[in-house]
Amino acid sequence: MSHQDNLIAEDILAYLEAQRNKSYLRCLTCGSVDDGKSTLIGRLLFDSKMIYEDQLSALENDSKKSGTQGEKIDLALLVDGLAAEREQGITIDVAYRFFSTDKRKFIIADTPGHIQYTRNMATGASTADLAIILIDARRGVLDQTRRHSYIASLLGIRNIVVAVNKMDLVEFSQHKFNEIEEEYRGFAEKLDFKEIVCIPMSALDGDNVMNRSERCKWYKGKSLMEHLETVDISQEVTQTSFRMPVQWVNRPNLDFRGYSGTIAAGQVKPGDEIIVIPSGKRSVVDKIVIRDGDLYQAEVNESVTITLRDEIDISRGDIICSTDDPAEQSDQFQANIIWMDEEAMFPGRQYIMKINNQTVPATVTDLKYKVNVNNFAHEAGKSLALNEVGVCNLSLGKPIPFDSYKKNRHTGAFILIDRQTNATIGAGMLDYSLRRAANVVWQDLEVGKVERANLKHQKPAVLWFTGLSGSGKSTIAGLLEKKLFDIGRHTYVLDGDNVRHGLNKDLGFTDADRVENIRRVAETSRLMVEAGLMVMVSFISPFRSERQMARNLMEDGEFIEVFVNTPLDVAEQRDVKGLYKKAREGKIKNFTGIDSPYEAPENPDIVVDTVDKTPEKAVEQILAYLEENGYLSAS
Amino acid sequence: MSLTHLELLEAESIHIMREVAAECENPVMLYSIGKDSSVMLHLALKAFYPSKPPFPLLHVDTTWKFREMIEFRDNLAKTLGLELLVHINEDGVKEGVGPFTHGSAYHTDVMKTQALKQALSKYKFDAAFGGARRDEEKSRAKERIFSFRSAQHRWDPKNQRPELWNIYNTRISKGESMRVFPMSNWTELDIWQYIHLENIQIPSLYYAAKRPVVERDGMIIMVDDDRVPLEPGEEPVEKMVRFRTLGCYPLTGAVESEATTLPDIIQETLLTTSSERQGRAIDKDSAASMEKKKQEGYF
Ligand SMILES: Nc1nc2c(ncn2[C@@H]2O[C@H](COP(=O)(O)OP(=O)(O)OP(=O)(O)O)[C@@H](O)[C@H]2O)c(=O)[nH]1
Ligand SMILES: [Mg+2]
Repeated sequence: MSHQDNLIAEDILAYLEAQRNKSYLRCLTCGSVDDGKSTLIGRLLFDSKMIYEDQLSALENDSKKSGTQGEKIDLALLVDGLAAEREQGITIDVAYRFFSTDKRKFIIADTPGHIQYTRNMATGASTADLAIILIDARRGVLDQTRRHSYIASLLGIRNIVVAVNKMDLVEFSQHKFNEIEEEYRGFAEKLDFKEIVCIPMSALDGDNVMNRSERCKWYKGKSLMEHLETVDISQEVTQTSFRMPVQWVNRPNLDFRGYSGTIAAGQVKPGDEIIVIPSGKRSVVDKIVIRDGDLYQAEVNESVTITLRDEIDISRGDIICSTDDPAEQSDQFQANIIWMDEEAMFPGRQYIMKINNQTVPATVTDLKYKVNVNNFAHEAGKSLALNEVGVCNLSLGKPIPFDSYKKNRHTGAFILIDRQTNATIGAGMLDYSLRRAANVVWQDLEVGKVERANLKHQKPAVLWFTGLSGSGKSTIAGLLEKKLFDIGRHTYVLDGDNVRHGLNKDLGFTDADRVENIRRVAETSRLMVEAGLMVMVSFISPFRSERQMARNLMEDGEFIEVFVNTPLDVAEQRDVKGLYKKAREGKIKNFTGIDSPYEAPENPDIVVDTVDKTPEKAVEQILAYLEENGYLSAS
Repeated sequence: MSLTHLELLEAESIHIMREVAAECENPVMLYSIGKDSSVMLHLALKAFYPSKPPFPLLHVDTTWKFREMIEFRDNLAKTLGLELLVHINEDGVKEGVGPFTHGSAYHTDVMKTQALKQALSKYKFDAAFGGARRDEEKSRAKERIFSFRSAQHRWDPKNQRPELWNIYNTRISKGESMRVFPMSNWTELDIWQYIHLENIQIPSLYYAAKRPVVERDGMIIMVDDDRVPLEPGEEPVEKMVRFRTLGCYPLTGAVESEATTLPDIIQETLLTTSSERQGRAIDKDSAASMEKKKQEGYF
């Protein structure tokens, strides 16, 4: 570290004092693959002398081993710290690097350009105040340039530097630079940026990085570092009234009750009137307690503990606000969502939302549209895939306090978590509550067949197995259930064994009782389909009319008739339970196939042949049918 | 007036610690006695004041730490009235593992990495604070603040949870855990400056003093007890030295120095041309060594 060498050596205390009052800038590099993001950060670290000698010699070794620059050092290797990144020469995950100059301290996030790692770019952008978007001068504005610009804008970054990089490879052509600048500004007009600064650059050679380059005298603007050191990042603070989401209730003993949290906007002083959202309870700030004594005042971004004059009930997740402009509360929102999971987002599914220090169940009730990141057009869609951005309606398990993200980047942001894997699968920004004052009567999210099915990620249906006694219905249904269960489907098997002994134990085997038997089973399976299950009914059900009756109870596509086709002689030969023998001996009356008819289906959805096929093969056949007809691809 | 960068860093660290206290069932603070741990503990005292930090401290004792570190540790825990857990890998002790006899890699694996895993499993901690910083090393620069570990304590660098804003996902399944790094965004200079501003106690090993040392593989090693194997006729020499990091004394190289005050140390740190980890034998192996160790459960 050699900036201000002299002061360090001469007067260390003066140096420390000067350091103490430096301002802070958080930024990120983004843009398309190989545009030189990591190289630029390496260059910044290198030129601001943040690299120690031992690190430099390691870099020289690494460059020979896995660099992309032949004998020259590969500055990207200073940042691409994972083995996989060095092997592939790409960035996979965000790296946070730090450097400082005489004027400012910087945290800079190096983010990956590859589309499949876009979520890692969003991670880096969420905490940044400024984005450096790199563009390869030879390739110009690309899809990823637009995508990253859009995400930066969505996440609330207002200051942009467009680094037109690799100018060394286009002979520092002013014409090229102007073309790219014009194109970028053209499409960025639709985004929410406050300032865009374009700089021609060679990250590799250092032109216009720290100092203005001799190689492009036509450029009259600042070097990147000159700009970063002076850029004004005080965002137009849209929200100035105090709010602090309560993070932790501080109760060391019965005499002290404090509320700890990080101030999300404005400032607070003892004596200020406050209101707690959502309870609406009011009080007055008594003290702002920190370990070094009580504070006279605290402001946005400080982590403090506040005590109140009155004993009111406040818990984690509540927001303590100033009374003049408190946070809103709602349980229905419109929000922007960036999807970050391999498994797509589907309306109807339930996720866990973490927002303002609390977690609540959240269901996307509607995907209003997806955003095409290339032209920012709104497109209809049924789901959001990995790295897609969309505007959704959300319904929460309970009302929460919030601000719109446009007003406050702290109290309007949320993440979505998968209930099973606990992975972070989405990031979102609240727009507004759907329950507006004008809209007093609002629609509760009704829980219906579709919602229940969506929650289970499946398409409910009845698989109705019909066939002679001993044909193999129960065996196949049982095996099928196991397969479906294994792939996470919610199932149930209804068969003679679990129905005849309970629900239908009052029924015998007369024709009337057989009809009633099937009616009850059909009704039960309909309820189960309503509940969202995949039901396997395994009953001889010899009469066409009852099977038709069952089919009529369901909606189209919910009834799948599976004919387990085993000729009488084969079934009788198997006679697993010895029933055919008894029937032939007259010990059982009305036995299907012997002294009661079996009406084979005329148009079954599936016919399984058990003579030449094992039950396992039959299950495979049924699974293939389900797959082909969309029963297994989630909702 | 907006906050200075140190005030912002402090607030961020406190926010992280409170989040763990609020959401995790059984957190612990890994306390390693060095300057980073000292700052981390100081931040914890601030975060929960007037309550005490609602978690114990855990020190993984390799039995080869500087004697002064152990004294410092016990004193501090007593003065602050904090619960201190000390874990030693007794299997390693039985085996007689030490850096002189078994080499640094094996010693560190058994007495540090394995010992840590033993302790975390024994007490069933679901979150463990560590004082690591992103500026220390390339693979650390890639790590999340809330870093997810499998039931086998493994880190999967290619599959980290996105971590946006200051909203941390602390959800885990049974047996899994989180390593939490509240000082991820601090730099070495920030640490020193904060120690200076807040008057934080650190072991005097950081300050230069006359100490008995020998030279081993180009490193100056302090003869902290009689376990240092001396060549026939070899005598430790008294030298004015100090330590930039603290660890197992046989593996921690001293630097010759005259810095006896904090400003002296900071000055020296700023003017030096080598990184602080250079003094650690463990980091030299290969470029990817830290990443590999971390995957295996090293902090
Ligand atoms: N000639 C020239 N080459 C450059 C310049 N900047 C970067 N490069 C080279 O371009 C290649 C890609 O650079 P990186 O820094 O890894 O690109 P990146 O944008 O970080 O790539 P990802 O993170 O994988 O998206 C490397 O071979 C660099 O050496 C430049 O200004 N001029
Ligand atoms: Mg890169």
